[in-house]
Amino acid sequence: MDFSITSDQRMMQESLTRTLAEASPLDRVRKFAGDLTDKGGDIWKAMTDFGLAGIVAPEEYGGLGLTLLDAALASEALGRAVAPVPFMGVVLGPIALMRGGSPGQQAEWLPKLASGAVMAVAAISEPIAGARDGAGVAAAGGKLSGKALFVPGGMAAGLLIVADRSGGLHLVRGDAAGLTRILMPGIDETRRLAELTFDGVAAEPLGGGPELLSALRDAGWVLVAADTLGAAEVMLEKAVDYAKERRQFDRVIGSFQAVKHMCAEMAAELEPCRSLVWYAAYAFDAAPAEASLMAAHAKALTSEVGRFVARTSTEVHGGIGITDLLGLHFWFKRIGVNRQLLGGPERVREIAARIQGLAA
Amino acid sequence: MDLNETPEMAAFRGEVKAFLETHRDAYAQGAANDPLAWQRLLIEHGYAARTIPKEYGGYGAEPDILKGRIIAEEFIAAGAPRGLAGQGISMLVPTLLEVGSEEQKRRWIGPTLRGEIIWCQGYSEPGAGSDLANLQTRAVEDGDDFLISGSKIWTSTAAQAQMMFCLVRTEPKAAKHEGISYVLIPMSTPGIEVRPLKTMTGASEFNEVFFTDVRAPKDQVVGGRGRGWFVANTTLKHERGMLGDPNATEARLNALIELMKTETVDGQRVIDNPVFRDRLMQLQGRVLSMKFNGLRLITSQLTQEPAGLAGLIVKLQGCELNHQLAALAIDALGELGILYHDGPHLRARGSWQRNYMFDLGLIIGGGTAQIQKNIIAERGLGLPREPKPAVL
Ligand SMILES: Cc1cc2nc3c(=O)[nH]c(=O)nc-3n(C[C@H](O)[C@H](O)[C@H](O)COP(=O)(O)OP(=O)(O)OC[C@H]3O[C@@H](n4cnc5c(N)ncnc54)[C@H](O)[C@@H]3O)c2cc1C
Repeated sequence: MDFSITSDQRMMQESLTRTLAEASPLDRVRKFAGDLTDKGGDIWKAMTDFGLAGIVAPEEYGGLGLTLLDAALASEALGRAVAPVPFMGVVLGPIALMRGGSPGQQAEWLPKLASGAVMAVAAISEPIAGARDGAGVAAAGGKLSGKALFVPGGMAAGLLIVADRSGGLHLVRGDAAGLTRILMPGIDETRRLAELTFDGVAAEPLGGGPELLSALRDAGWVLVAADTLGAAEVMLEKAVDYAKERRQFDRVIGSFQAVKHMCAEMAAELEPCRSLVWYAAYAFDAAPAEASLMAAHAKALTSEVGRFVARTSTEVHGGIGITDLLGLHFWFKRIGVNRQLLGGPERVREIAARIQGLAA
Repeated sequence: MDLNETPEMAAFRGEVKAFLETHRDAYAQGAANDPLAWQRLLIEHGYAARTIPKEYGGYGAEPDILKGRIIAEEFIAAGAPRGLAGQGISMLVPTLLEVGSEEQKRRWIGPTLRGEIIWCQGYSEPGAGSDLANLQTRAVEDGDDFLISGSKIWTSTAAQAQMMFCLVRTEPKAAKHEGISYVLIPMSTPGIEVRPLKTMTGASEFNEVFFTDVRAPKDQVVGGRGRGWFVANTTLKHERGMLGDPNATEARLNALIELMKTETVDGQRVIDNPVFRDRLMQLQGRVLSMKFNGLRLITSQLTQEPAGLAGLIVKLQGCELNHQLAALAIDALGELGILYHDGPHLRARGSWQRNYMFDLGLIIGGGTAQIQKNIIAERGLGLPREPKPAVL
């Protein structure tokens, strides 16, 4: 038995963290956040040079052929850096093609996705998180009509994996006629969410049955959970560092027990999340019978703990914590958005209950 | 990450299953019919006292964390009672193995393992709780003996125990942490008086113990005179691991799920109420996270890497979770949940109420939640210590 990540995995994660520190430091993130014309092409280039685009794509198509656990470790690093990289689609696209694509679809798309020439996104919010404002996509005669909301990275993507109302999945080209995209300006400006409107858009169905949507959901949950884990780790570290530095009443504030205990509580809540995220990611490839339940709990628990860490770390900082200047808010908002993406914790826990037959 | 079982481990699992099947009669109702005989049988087969050397009365296996875990899993799955636990077996024995003299090991470990000696832990005093090093019970030299006077409090099982491992101040002039010794004392020694303290559960789980010129031979000091603080810390490490055991928490979660599936209100199962179901799911997520945290700790033991925060949080989080599981069970039972004594409507012999109260005790005992947070912050996160260190 080995419940740990390998030294290769650790090195990959550290190396991605270094790459991000170069390519996407906070100043760069800040610029992306404040400038909608900034498409982050330089950051995406650094990511594709790193190999991130093909992280789960098979080697025969030019990918790295790694597991969801590797992708989750990368997601954690991206969350740590609050990097403006729409990573979920980068992983879900190849998974959808590998599990549900025809040989022809795989041959056409996997090499482009693996090289980063084309970026994929998954428009699967409605059947998982629930439809808002009447959104939802209907499929008939090879055409899609309707709306898909809250698609991370959806403004730029060259390939769309779209779920219809009944859970079927479809491939749509980014340049397909009848497809329009509108930015949904959100609180977290490190990610650009799109509202996609389909007006009789040509689509190719994916195979794989209802399991494919569940698999995309599970992988999506794990990636979002890992992103929150990374972002929350940084918020805890920043709080601890600040508590060791900032002096009041002739003492560093970290020697006040009220502050110390806030930090201890953040650590005590966050540390077990790491193990759950690792296991959920591992189960996706290695223990399929448990994968959905573990992914759901990883998503729900990191959402709750993430919210607690985000507010508590901000509090430890005092007034400077809420300033734009310090930038702690980038992590705070990232965690806040992750909580809702692909379903808030209440909804995800309800699905967790259903998965194990505890709810109808 | 690889949780697949090797053929050797799978074969070992088969052996444990076969043993449990063969001896099912000995634990028909989940508890052993004859606990001491069951304990001897377990030691003989290596399912208790597994890694304790044969010459001290154990089974003498090489340490193997994975086999230990397989034994735990199979016993839980079969609903079979584990070997005896308690402060003697879980705390004193490991301490003696680490720092005891050869004579002490030979004399005490065997009978303790076989359940022939019950021990109690004499640490806390009225003026020394979290600030344990402030203890005042004094031991004065008298020839080959110490004469001990003072009092202990919150001493679990002192009324049943034959022996106590006890912290006393032997060097009154030394600094707070350096004047303490760890002594083994027969409870039958003249001058010891035990007064049970009834707790909120209605039982007397702990006691006061008074010492008036109690004679204890010097050769029953463990780990050397004035070294008691170090020795006590060895023991506390084992206590904290025991108190946050994720296997026990998982077993309790499973019982709670069963309860919510079977109990009904107005003919509707409790699990079908979305509010209760969500509370259950919240706790399940936490229990799972602690379970995997436990697997991570096992791996770091195997690879001998420091466990860091993952280890420091176990007592705090595990005890809190146990308490919350009991709280949800009581809420799920509603008015049935307030019943405590025998009667036609009583559920689970009142154990959810008992656990709810007893587990609050465990949040306090073995280092309070606040002390655990100090430890996490200071040792885990490197925040500065309290101006006057009060932390174990
Ligand atoms: C069920 C149970 C069984 C026990 N069994 C045994 C036993 O067998 N043998 C034995 O020796 N002892 C035993 N104890 C005693 C136990 O170890 C003490 O109760 C515990 O260490 C706390 O000490 P105290 O009760 O004096 O509380 P105090 O130390 O007075 O604490 C009171 C409150 O003050 C807080 N506090 C104290 N110091 C600090 C600090 N530095 N920072 C922040 N907060 C602080 C505590 O967290 C707590 O909330 C048992 C206790 C319980 C509840």
